Amino acid sequence: MGLKQKDLLSMRELSAEEITLILDTAESMKEVSTRDIKKVPTLRGKTVINLFYEPSTRTRTSFEIAGKRLSADVVNIATEKSSVVKGETLRDTGKTLMAMNPDVVVIRHPAPGAPRILAETLSASIINAGDGAHEHPTQALLDLFTIRERKGRLEGLSGVIVGDILHSRVARSNIHGMRKMGMSVRLAGPATLLPRFIDQLGVEVFTDLEEAIKGVDVIMMLRIQLERQGRTFFPSLREYSRLFGLNLERLKRAREDILIMHPGPINRGVEIAPEVADGPYSLILDQVSNGVAVRMALLYLLMGGAS
Amino acid sequence: MKKKEKAQILDEMGISRALTRIAHEIIEKNKGTQDLVLVGLRSRGVDLARRISQKLKEIDGMEVPVGVLDITLYRDDLGSMGPQPVVRKTEIPFSINDKKVVLVDDVLYTGRTIRAALDGLIDFGRPRSIQLAVLVDRGHRELPIRADYVGKNVPTSRAEQVQVMLKEEDDVDRVVILEPVNC
Repeated sequence: MGLKQKDLLSMRELSAEEITLILDTAESMKEVSTRDIKKVPTLRGKTVINLFYEPSTRTRTSFEIAGKRLSADVVNIATEKSSVVKGETLRDTGKTLMAMNPDVVVIRHPAPGAPRILAETLSASIINAGDGAHEHPTQALLDLFTIRERKGRLEGLSGVIVGDILHSRVARSNIHGMRKMGMSVRLAGPATLLPRFIDQLGVEVFTDLEEAIKGVDVIMMLRIQLERQGRTFFPSLREYSRLFGLNLERLKRAREDILIMHPGPINRGVEIAPEVADGPYSLILDQVSNGVAVRMALLYLLMGGAS
Repeated sequence: MKKKEKAQILDEMGISRALTRIAHEIIEKNKGTQDLVLVGLRSRGVDLARRISQKLKEIDGMEVPVGVLDITLYRDDLGSMGPQPVVRKTEIPFSINDKKVVLVDDVLYTGRTIRAALDGLIDFGRPRSIQLAVLVDRGHRELPIRADYVGKNVPTSRAEQVQVMLKEEDDVDRVVILEPVNC
């Protein structure tokens, strides 16, 4: 058993069996983070490069900690301080890094498809840590892990993803992941933030949040990505919050055992009320802890059969 | 390579007797079960550790805790054999600091698994001592490692395979030697 491909570029390319293998491995990896000595020698002598063309705290830190807990050497490159600002192309940056023999390159890039270009250029394993509005597969994997950990299964559950679907790579990756694992998926948001033809991915689309959250097992709130919205998609943040913000009042319409997730960083009081984000149903911090375990699992699995 | 059964080394009664003797030897060597803990190596070592713990209780009346160690993350051959082996959970829900730890595995062969287990165990604390109990010692060590308690010594050739089957996983208690079939 193992992963078939050298790289992890998208959830679309993973099979249900591969997703299950990653989640099972992550379950074992999670134990390492609970020890006094949070380190195992598994990836001793391996090099992981974090190449981030966009700001990130949790994803970059999570990959760094994951690599270090497995004893890999982790190097972080923040491109605003690198030769990228001198005009180097992605391919050239990739080749330059490859000359230093890394085993894995984790890339975040504003352009959809950038990780694939790198994967075709380099012999190292490439992990997509978010490419534009395309995919963010490790986020979807940690979300699935978190849901499975709470519910004991994924098959037959239902989830709703709420907010800025149009700009969200987290939404796209989760739609693929949840569908493959046998969950039913709803999307909810203002019509201007719902991509056309998205229903072809086998999801139900809602423009009324209160309708959308009725009966589902999981609510996944998305951040309003003001930095990606070149133009105005809704009249005001206040109106968005009034119609699509998740607050305690609205939550009364959801199931009693509802789980609430958010990939972070959260805009308190915009898409999610502070009482909800910090409330008992919130899994936001579990998602962060589980992110490390899932990324450990991926580093381990990708560094095996690929070469 | 296809293998066929060459001989049965232990049957159900044989396994039970061997484990009873090991339990007595553990008590004798450690002068009781005070500060003793068992750690089984996945997967059949865990079943054997639980059985030994049960026997220790019958003899001494004390509950000896059993932990589970998966050594995959400590292997020395990762990346050199194709797809990564499946990592399973390590569960040692007690402190091993200053304890006498008895590692339990089914077959002792090259000693590499035990080397990995020693590394793994020491990440959990500083035991007073680590001892090793195995159901079968088949020889061919590649490292300076030996067992403190052995159910049965079995001379084998490297081409052969020793297979331990236990009721917990295989529905039957027996140990056999498999030899390659010449096609």
